[in-house]
Amino acid sequence: MRNLRQLNNPYGEDKVIAACSIFGVMDTSGRRFTGKDVLRAIANMHVRGNGLGGGLAAYGIYPDYAEFYALHIMFDSCEGKDATEALLNNSFKVVKAEEVPTQPHPAIASPPLIWRYFVEANPEQCAGISADDYVVAVVMRINTEVEDSFVFSSGKNMGVFKGVGYPEDIGHYFCLEDAYKGYCWTAHGRFPTNSRGWWGGAHPFSILDWTVVHNGEISSYGINRRYLEQFGYQCTLETDTEVVAYAVDLLMRRHGLPLEVVARVLAPPLWEQIERMPDAEREFMRALRQVYGSLLLNGPFAVVIAHEGEMIGLTDRIRLRPLTVGEKGDMVYLSSEESAIRLISPELDRVWSPVGGEPVVARLKSGRRASRGRSSELAKA
Amino acid sequence: MKTFMPAKFTVLRDKDRCIGCKVCVNQCSFDTHYYDADDDEVRSREQNCIGCHRCVTFCPTQALTISRNPLDYRENFNWRPENIEDITKQAESGGMLLTGMGNDKGQKIYWDHLVLNASQVTNPSIDPLREPMELRTYLGRKPDRLEVSSSAGLKTKLPPQVAIEVPVMFAAMSYGAISINVHESLARAASEAGTLWNTGEGGLHQKLYQYGKNTIVQVASGRFGVHPDYLNVARVIEIKIGQGAKPGIGGHLPGEKVSAEVSQTRMIPQGTDALSPAPQHDIYSIEDLAQLVYALKEATNYTKPVSVKIAAVHNSAAIASGMVRAGADIIVLDGIRGATGAAPKVIRDNVGIPIELALASVDTRLRQEGIRQQASLVVSGGIRNSGDVIKAIALGADAVYVGTAALIALGCHVCQQCHTGKCAWGIATTDLRLTKRINPEIGAQRLVNLLRGWSLEIKDMLGGLGVNAIESLRGNRLHLRGVGLTDTELRILGVKMAGE
Repeated sequence: MRNLRQLNNPYGEDKVIAACSIFGVMDTSGRRFTGKDVLRAIANMHVRGNGLGGGLAAYGIYPDYAEFYALHIMFDSCEGKDATEALLNNSFKVVKAEEVPTQPHPAIASPPLIWRYFVEANPEQCAGISADDYVVAVVMRINTEVEDSFVFSSGKNMGVFKGVGYPEDIGHYFCLEDAYKGYCWTAHGRFPTNSRGWWGGAHPFSILDWTVVHNGEISSYGINRRYLEQFGYQCTLETDTEVVAYAVDLLMRRHGLPLEVVARVLAPPLWEQIERMPDAEREFMRALRQVYGSLLLNGPFAVVIAHEGEMIGLTDRIRLRPLTVGEKGDMVYLSSEESAIRLISPELDRVWSPVGGEPVVARLKSGRRASRGRSSELAKA
Repeated sequence: MKTFMPAKFTVLRDKDRCIGCKVCVNQCSFDTHYYDADDDEVRSREQNCIGCHRCVTFCPTQALTISRNPLDYRENFNWRPENIEDITKQAESGGMLLTGMGNDKGQKIYWDHLVLNASQVTNPSIDPLREPMELRTYLGRKPDRLEVSSSAGLKTKLPPQVAIEVPVMFAAMSYGAISINVHESLARAASEAGTLWNTGEGGLHQKLYQYGKNTIVQVASGRFGVHPDYLNVARVIEIKIGQGAKPGIGGHLPGEKVSAEVSQTRMIPQGTDALSPAPQHDIYSIEDLAQLVYALKEATNYTKPVSVKIAAVHNSAAIASGMVRAGADIIVLDGIRGATGAAPKVIRDNVGIPIELALASVDTRLRQEGIRQQASLVVSGGIRNSGDVIKAIALGADAVYVGTAALIALGCHVCQQCHTGKCAWGIATTDLRLTKRINPEIGAQRLVNLLRGWSLEIKDMLGGLGVNAIESLRGNRLHLRGVGLTDTELRILGVKMAGE
């Protein structure tokens, strides 16, 4: 039996309240582009943050190492790096290890060391569990057991770049204007009302290739977290956003639910709406709320969740935080403010604000995700 | 033998106000008031008064005042009046002291040391007058996960789920302990409010079968009134192992209370004592419990959740875990303040643990084992108001049972004389002269009103917390803080100190 009490220290960490700017963009044709426009867009929402956290996630940036898990890891000390590397070498075949390139920026003070490792999970070491589960376990171990080390992201062909600062400054620091090309980017500027200025606490939050950027406060955090703890997720980040990443990982990867269904778990219809649905749909929604009620995200939020080939925007079911969607050709934009979209794409084919709880999904038109047989175009679920 | 017991209460009758209407004489079932025809005056036998206030409520001229007999014993912290009087009673009766209702002692009431959160600035509180606010709760075993087919159809078949529109149900109180009119009031109120009521262990009167959809039927150690129709008409079947007011002991309904109708419903001869053994004699172990759980599921073709009720005792957490694994779909914990129609006073006041601590430790334990979703958790024992309800839910309960609170809604003044069968409010009695004091239609209305009032309050508190569905508060202990609690108490409750 796991002693969750000891693992999670219910008296120590608590959620950090944050208001924020969020932005996401995907080229559904799969064309890859630099982070330059993304940084312009998120910088346009500068006043929604307060410089205590900014970050970006980019998908499709490591085509040469696409088959390996790319671990972005931050270190506060050399001892932490040594301990983590020993653990990585024991746990994986490390194909490549290098420091994440950075350039000086006057606003970025005393950054931690940030390295990336491309690793392969050895089937024998996985001991019967999937490679993904094995990676999750190692990540949890680094985050909870190894001093001064923290994993930013652990997916394939993607990475998270984040830190303490405004997102445009963080982006510049990590050379995102020109050093990487991705088909999907998400970005976040943070306004924490309470922060100890920790690089790991910035968004996006990530597990495997799932990333979440979030604006809001999850009032149901306490039970969301306790529910996820039953499935081995340990909330270590001192923020409510983390539960979104773990919830999506649990529901999609481990429970095999489609993204649209996951959105219905996180922001379900009201019971009175469910009672008016056709029989099959009603049974389905009832079961969803009965079984996953503890994962309902309650309180004001807007999130952009992304993983390989998919990006979803979602607000809470009574829409207490803003989210705007824009489309132009193959491009899909999600943003806290329409102005940020218009800045980088003045002429849009279509722009709208989804109603509360209505998920907006963007998918790559071709490529690996299409093999799942689900709708390949932008689906307004 | 002359009794050395002093009167507990004094009756003050204002001669200027008394009109000699004799309402008090007729209303008092303890023979406190009497009419002296010689003097044409209404008088009192104060030693009979038990302080139920029936006479005060019905006196048309407010001529009556009942107050505690100001009998000042010499101060003594150890030999308090209650200790002295208990010994006096036993010296005169030679028996166990019996009592009714719940523990009235000063053990800490943890609800009063827990406070709730509210939204300020960083997230908006939600106004339930303008926005939807959901209290619906589904009781029953949930699978660990759902499987869906590619067409987004549901592949997992869920075990039976029972919806309640307010997370408050009426606790088990048997026909015999309380009257048929009280049962009918509870049944009608539960049906109207969209919740459940519980028959207790005395069977279900034929005329209440129409309320089966909202009925939990109990199967207890005496197996009174248990037959296939009884099981099949119910929405939920509850196995009663123990009761918070008297953990570890059985029950005894005296033969005088076993009237013709009680006899028929309980399926025992009229006038015979109805004895509930202390244990269920086919359950001496956890594997025996599993057999009864599945026997009941078989008997009802797996269409109803099976609940198991225990008294909250020291190792409730381990027991509850075993119960879930034995197939219980709902677990009921009844705490030390749980009430009773009759129990030995020493047991009521000294055996068991506070429900708040039992609830917290059971919920934590089931989560540690990853089986919390496999059973719903219901708690009872001294729930007094919607504040207690919402704190119970935040600690981890799916719903609560109220017994005493429901009876108070019907008129009960908690005078603790249920065991005498003389309840002047017509609740805890089978005396036909008294039972007619409860009109089921009015009774149901009073109960529905209570639930409505609590629902409105719960919705307001949820909205203040910034959530609009009760499942977002269930087990969400971050919304609770403790005041005046030790580190150990906070650890067991899993809540932080206020200010943290």
